[in-house]
This record gives sequence, C-alpha cells and structure tokens, in this order.
Amino acid sequence: MPTDASAIDLVLRADPALIAIVKLSLFVSLSAVFMAALVGIPLGALIALTRFPGRDAAIVILNALMGLPPVVVGLVVYLLLSRAGPLGSFGILFTPAAMIVAQAILVTPIIAALARQTIEDLWSEYRDELAALNVGPLRRVLTLIRDARFSLVTALLAGFGRAAAEVGAVIIVGGNIDGFTRTMTTAIALETSKGDLPLAIGLGMVLIALVVVVNALAWAVRRAGERYAG
Amino acid sequence: MRAFQTDLPIVLDDVSILMRDVAILDSVTLTLGAGAPTILIGPNGSGKTTLLRVAMGLLGPSKGWVTWGGRDESAPLRRAIVFQRPAMLRRSAIGNILYALAAAGVPRAARKARADELLQLVGLRDLAGRAARRMSGGEQQRLALARALAKDPEILFLDEPAASLDPAATKALEDIIRDVAARGIKVVMSTHDLGEARRLGGEIVLMHRGRVIEIAGARAFFDNPCTEAARRFVAGELLV
Repeated sequence: MPTDASAIDLVLRADPALIAIVKLSLFVSLSAVFMAALVGIPLGALIALTRFPGRDAAIVILNALMGLPPVVVGLVVYLLLSRAGPLGSFGILFTPAAMIVAQAILVTPIIAALARQTIEDLWSEYRDELAALNVGPLRRVLTLIRDARFSLVTALLAGFGRAAAEVGAVIIVGGNIDGFTRTMTTAIALETSKGDLPLAIGLGMVLIALVVVVNALAWAVRRAGERYAG
Repeated sequence: MRAFQTDLPIVLDDVSILMRDVAILDSVTLTLGAGAPTILIGPNGSGKTTLLRVAMGLLGPSKGWVTWGGRDESAPLRRAIVFQRPAMLRRSAIGNILYALAAAGVPRAARKARADELLQLVGLRDLAGRAARRMSGGEQQRLALARALAKDPEILFLDEPAASLDPAATKALEDIIRDVAARGIKVVMSTHDLGEARRLGGEIVLMHRGRVIEIAGARAFFDNPCTEAARRFVAGELLV
C-alpha cells in the first residue's frame, strides 16, 4: 500500500487492498442484516399482534436495545466464542462468522423494534377489515408483512446502516486481521493510529458514500411504495 | 364442501354493550329478517355503528344474546360490512378485490373474472390498476362495497356509507345499494340522513341513546310515527 498515494487516488483506481476491505465489510454487514431480519421481523410481528403479561416491558426493552453499545456486544460475543466460553467449540472467534454474529445481535433489536411499530400501526388500521373478511391468523400476519414491506425495507436499511458503521463489536470479535477480518471501520481506526491517513480517508469516503446510497435506496423504496401501493 | 346455512334471521335479544359502565347499546331487541333493506337511523352516538358490529359478529354483547339463523356462533362467511371509513389495503383497486376473493375461498382461476365483474358493478373498471389509497373518498367507498360483495354475502351491513360524499357520489352509491338489494342481498344500513333513509328504506329502526325507539315500515314511519321521539326526529327536530 503506497503511503504517499492520495485518498482520492486510492478510491479512483480501485486499490485492491481497499476493494478487499470494502467487499468483506459488505459481506459481513449484509449477512448480519439477513440473519437479523430472519429473527427480527417475525419477533416484531409477534409482539405487535399478541397480548401477553409484560408486553409493555418487552417493548421498552426492545426499544432500549436499539441503542446497544457495540463494544458491549463485542465483549459478550467474545466471551461466548472464546476457547473457554460456552460456544468456544465452534472455533469461529476472529473469523468473519463471529463478526456476522456480533453485528446480527446488534441489528436484530433495531429491525424487531421498527418492524413491531410498523406492523402494529398497520394492524390497528386493518384489524376490522381483516376480521370482517374472515381472514385467518396466518394469512393476517402474511398480509401485514406484505403490505408493510416498503416500511420494513426501510427498517432493514436502518439496520444495515448501523452494522456498516459500527467498529466496536467487529474489532473485538474479528481481531482486525489484515486480509481476513479487516473491515472499513476497523481499518480506518488502525490506519489512523498508524498515521496512514490516505487509506483511512479513502475508506471513510467509501463508507460515507455507502451511507448516502443506503439512504437514497430507502427513499426510492418509499416513493415506489407510495406510487404502486398507496 | 360445507352445506350452506342461512344466517337469517339475525336476532338480537335484550342485547347490551357496556363500556366502562356506560351502555352503548341498552337492552336492544331486534330481528333482522330477509327482504327489503333495514335502515338504522338516529343521531350521532345513538348506537347504530355498535349495533351493526354486534349483528356482524365483530363485537360480543355484554348482556343478552345474538343468534344467526338460530345459531349462537357463526363465522362471518356470508355476512359482509362496509365501514364508515373503510381501510384500503395497500394494493391496487383490483388487488383489494382479489384479496377478498382469496379470503372468501374463491378458486384462483375464477378470481380475475369475478373481480372484473365487481369493479364493473361499482363503476371502477377503468381504475382497476390504481392504488386504492390514492382514490377519492367516493371511489374508496365503492371499492369497499365491491370488496364486501366479493364473499357473495347473504347480508350486507353498511355503516353510514355516504356520510362524507357529495351528492353525485351519494347517488352513485345509492344506485349500487338498490341494485345489490334487488339481487336478494339483505341490506342493513345506518345513516343519520332522513332523506337517504326515505329513499332506500324498507324498514326503519330509530335509535336514540343506545335504545331502539321505534321500528316500522318506511312509509308508516315517515307518515305516522308512533312515538314522540320519532315524530320529532321526522319533523327535523334535534334529538339530544
């Protein structure tokens, strides 16, 4: 990595080291969001559509977990996956898999809480109509998830934004190993401390561009939703 | 296939609905039988909407009994309702009807043709692909009516369907309601508009403060009301 190269040069000539870091970051964060969606959307729907003792407390906790500190999640996952930990036998500490697990834990409450709010709002609007149409419980849930899909995509993008931007969890469980577990955020932290500012700034530019693209996507999805589904 | 069981007559026997000890319906006894439309009239807050919900089976009585065709439990397979402010599913107009047809168990192959027929009935064929939530109030009411008819109901409840419509939209809706009634579907409709009750009514039920005050044929009700409250209501006085 030439240290005298400018940040813009690195980005424009698609520096292989930079591209590898961006690819790994996207792989880890997208995988984490996918896993979080598999758990978060059904969990949000369940809380939105059922009544049980302690439901209000569950909602408060879920909302609070949206602000989980990444370093704490990293620490907990580290303890679970470390050789002496209960899940140490999997041997995935300091691998991308561990990073995906940590980010999925971080993102699941965000997706679940936003999905819960979205589905509950839609349910209060649809409840009477679906009862009058004699729609059964499973079809109700599927209808609500389908009709809330544009808002749910926004929830997924919010989760992705959180995963892509965090550094605390992945640096603890991934170890920031060059060419293996180094993501954009961990590389920025490391390169800055080493004084290699061009790479840090180049990665920062890519990261900000990604955040803008994610928000543009969220906006486009909403607009398309309004146009086609009202 | 399950044998068809009629839900008529719907009998409300001494039905009360209490909410925080306030009687929304107060010892209502009423029989809704086959035949001409039944129009529930009365001022706002008289219990018309609640009565429709109870008869539809969406709300259980706090006291008293409801039976549908002599049965005290009945899924709303052939009862349909159009709410005062119907919720439009986030789909196109035809998508809303296709959904209702699927929920009613209509075979997939038959749904498109039936949906086209229903859109034609309510005059929305040209707007089939439009997002339902972007339609006007009158168009949404007509779409809600078509959606309610998707289950081929025996009884259709309409909760103040023309409350927020202009005269042209009201006329279009009333023409469809007459057409529906002429097909043998029992229409039970609430309104606080005496003109509408006079135009559509076969049987009039006057409600006030959660109670049924008078039940009569439309002509008898408007020409010779029996109760003082009905006389005042027909004369255009305010029932408070």
